[in-house]
Amino acid sequence: MILAAAVGTAILLAIVLSINWFPTHASTQINRTSTLYDVLLIASVPIFVIVETVVVFCVWRFRMRPGEELKDGPPIHGNTRLEVVWTVIPALLMFGLAGYAYTVLRANEANKSGAMTVQVTTRQFAFEFTYPHQDGKTVISPILYLPKGKPVVFKIRSYDVVHSFFVPNFAEKIDAVPGITTTLRVTPNRIGTYPAECTELCGPGHSFMRAAVQVMTPSAFQAWLSRQPNNGPPPIGAPPSGVSAASSKGPAKTSKPTAAAGKAVFTSAAGCSTCHTLAAAGATGTIGPNLDQRLRSDCAKPASKRIRGPTLEQCIHAAITRPYAYIPSGFHAGIMPADFAKRLTSAQIAALVKFLSSAAK
Amino acid sequence: MATTVAEHTTAVTTPARGRSRVPLPAKLRRGGWYRAALFDVLGLGFAVGITALLRFVNHQHPVIDGHAITTVALFSVPVFFLLGLGAFDYWLYWASGRPTRPETHEDHGAHSWRDYFRVNPDHKVIGIQYTVTSFFFLFVGGMLAMLIRAQLAKPGMNFLTPEEFNGVFSVHASLLIFVFVIPVFAGLANFVLPLMIGAPDMAFPRLNALSYWLLPIGGLMMLASFLAPGGSFATGWTAYAPLSTDMPIGQLFFSIGVQFAGFSSIFTALNFLVTIITMRAPGMSFFRLPLLVWANFATSLLVVIATPFIASSQFFILLDSALHFNFFNAFVGPHTNGNVLMYQHIFWFYSHPAVYIMMLPGFGIISEVIAVNARKPIFGYRMMAFSLIAIVVLGFTVWAHHMFVSGMQPWIRIPMMVTTAIISVPTGIKIFSWLATLWRGVLHMSTQMLFALGFITMFTLGGISGVMLAMVPFDIHVSQTYFIVAHIHYVLFGGSLFTIFAGVYHWFPKMTGRMLDERLGRLHFWSTFIFFNLTFGPMHYIGLLGMPRRVYSYSAQFAGWNLFISICSFFLGLTFLIFLWNIVASWRHGPRAAGNPWRALSLEWQVSSPPPIFNFETIPTVVGGPYEYGVPGAVHGVFKPPAEARRPSAVAVARE
Repeated sequence: MILAAAVGTAILLAIVLSINWFPTHASTQINRTSTLYDVLLIASVPIFVIVETVVVFCVWRFRMRPGEELKDGPPIHGNTRLEVVWTVIPALLMFGLAGYAYTVLRANEANKSGAMTVQVTTRQFAFEFTYPHQDGKTVISPILYLPKGKPVVFKIRSYDVVHSFFVPNFAEKIDAVPGITTTLRVTPNRIGTYPAECTELCGPGHSFMRAAVQVMTPSAFQAWLSRQPNNGPPPIGAPPSGVSAASSKGPAKTSKPTAAAGKAVFTSAAGCSTCHTLAAAGATGTIGPNLDQRLRSDCAKPASKRIRGPTLEQCIHAAITRPYAYIPSGFHAGIMPADFAKRLTSAQIAALVKFLSSAAK
Repeated sequence: MATTVAEHTTAVTTPARGRSRVPLPAKLRRGGWYRAALFDVLGLGFAVGITALLRFVNHQHPVIDGHAITTVALFSVPVFFLLGLGAFDYWLYWASGRPTRPETHEDHGAHSWRDYFRVNPDHKVIGIQYTVTSFFFLFVGGMLAMLIRAQLAKPGMNFLTPEEFNGVFSVHASLLIFVFVIPVFAGLANFVLPLMIGAPDMAFPRLNALSYWLLPIGGLMMLASFLAPGGSFATGWTAYAPLSTDMPIGQLFFSIGVQFAGFSSIFTALNFLVTIITMRAPGMSFFRLPLLVWANFATSLLVVIATPFIASSQFFILLDSALHFNFFNAFVGPHTNGNVLMYQHIFWFYSHPAVYIMMLPGFGIISEVIAVNARKPIFGYRMMAFSLIAIVVLGFTVWAHHMFVSGMQPWIRIPMMVTTAIISVPTGIKIFSWLATLWRGVLHMSTQMLFALGFITMFTLGGISGVMLAMVPFDIHVSQTYFIVAHIHYVLFGGSLFTIFAGVYHWFPKMTGRMLDERLGRLHFWSTFIFFNLTFGPMHYIGLLGMPRRVYSYSAQFAGWNLFISICSFFLGLTFLIFLWNIVASWRHGPRAAGNPWRALSLEWQVSSPPPIFNFETIPTVVGGPYEYGVPGAVHGVFKPPAEARRPSAVAVARE
């Protein structure tokens, strides 16, 4: 039986260690965590195999044979030495594993010098990433761009309910909690595109609350950052009628809304490209309606004309400011944020309308 | 105690049984369904009246407000229903100084199916009421699971809307946790525990009846939330604030339903504690108690201490939601002092011990089943009892392991990791003791034994994934993913539900006087075992890869596994029909059960199946341990007064 358990352990260990349990490793943290997982597997498999071997062996060896219907087993009431052994050994194993896990946790969350801080703002049902002030400008992006090899500290906030910020390829997550700022440390170490997702139930649109994470070379990252316009308005969800909102409203009113400004709002400030596809903006989101295919045709429908207004401009304006007044077939209320009228200035909305009415095919 | 009251007064008619010909007004005056229906209307009227009055005084118009009425009615209608049904009659008569109804023993026991639909103080009737009611909710909850898997069969499916989907999985979890797993153990124990300790009934039979009738109210309220405007509660069974405080009224059906289910739990637990402490037969010392009794003693301690915490957490939600107390609202204009994490701490301070409330009685069942079917004494009986108490104590020190990624103070994670890892030691002691009990036994491979061995397998897996989850860095990766879904189902389905099945197969003959079909039982076990593992096993893998839980749709890379899981889950659903068929057919036409079909030693098997109304004609005297299998001539109890029983010539009733 001991031989069977040893063989079983070896075979099962070989199988479980050969499986690629974790997603593509893209941070120093996931390397440590997946090693911890391998150690846990190595500790667990023998225990499971021993238990199963005893069960199967007992069923095979000690099952009742015909004629033993009235027979009883020997009256063994216990064995103190054995009971001490199977109390002490698992306890030591547990302390050992917990100690090792603690060192992994310390290493994963160690403060690194030269770390870059990224603000993660969450709301139903989108992420928004705010980068450090470069020459006094604020860069806000719906896509998380990160330089490879640079430690990042995420400062995570929520402006409505509890969300969570999780990048499976980094093996790190933490909740975004209204009222407090939570912190997450990651050092990306592999170039590529990965998903970021909300993992704390946050309402009907919970499963659509995703964002893309793009890890790039440090030079490409710097180039991207310096290309970005100053996004001016404060992070979404901040007090709507604050001083900063008023100041950004001021200059915008004087200039005429342009399609180019609308495109900037579409791709960054409002975060439309997270969810919508629109070739003119290079957006490929699939959560909301595909604007290339649906915008004009949906606006042409009689029900839409009645509810959102007859002209294309009226239709787009209503779709942004009152998204649930008319819901295109195949979609649901509760996914698209309904508060763009508050979060964007009227100039930004006007620019968006101008951009969309010209861009939508 | 019920048996000692013998006062008769002529003023009170004997309770009518069956189809009576009493005119309606009398029916309305006496406790029962007619009066309950009338009182329901009064309860609704109370809700309308009190809300209208308060709104009028407070200058809120219109004074008739559906939302306010529903909130109050969710409390008042059930309470008035219980008043009408007669659950409080005895106490109210006593409190108002009127002659209490004499205890004629007439209302004990069940003579027709109608006796299961009234306030019945007999612990055996209540045990069956409890068990059948909770299995009803198991089937409803299971069907909701089928809806969940249908929606998740492929990504981008529109079988349900997102709101409906969130509601379905929330109600699924709430029903199965609060009105299936927790009360079904109370039901099985209600039936067998007084028999096991040699008592004629529970310590407080009327309280016992009340705690049963609170249960269907809680379950039906959660189910009825689907009819609420805005849909059912859709925030998971965890109801995290502030999402839950800002939901349509369906959320309150959960907040208030939990109160009824919680009171049911607390009353039953108090009853068990007092019964176990005060009503053991002569000679039944604590270390002669069957382990099922120990397990329920430990569980009752947990219930009494922990359940008030979930009650208060949901009251906070209710006050936030209905009256804007803003306990958990961090954004209420000038007063931004809500504390969101406080909710999670209060919630998990109950809900982690609740995991043990849902597991310890199962440990007790498995000890009974394995000892009887392996024909050996439980290996290390005292350690088995002590480990239960260790789990009770440690169970209160681990709650924040559910919150490793919640944003709480980071240092709390370290002690919680250590205690969580250490709580696996007493659990491991139990597993190893069961294995040692099997060793060199004579294993009767009955259906309940198969379920017990299946339980050991799956609970070991669930325990191992639990230890992994205790390790903070690993938990950070997999918490809130399908790994958690896999873990909880290995513990609650592979763990609790398998022990429940083992218990039902073990005690069904005692409860109904009929034997179950062994062939169907084996088919039920193997099909459940296989499809359970095929359904929940792969969830570990997709969770590790990063598929979040509670999602309506998911990324295309998980499509293959999810389709596989959905198909297996439908087969898993079908296996319940085998069980249902076995129960229904055997209950009606199964072969008659002998008093002791398994040749067990504990006291419940020494009386007829089903047992007589007050269990024992003579209160037994306990002369030995409950698991003395293989000791020649050993008995646990004899039906003699203590003075005679101590003589060595005592007749071994167990072997008669």
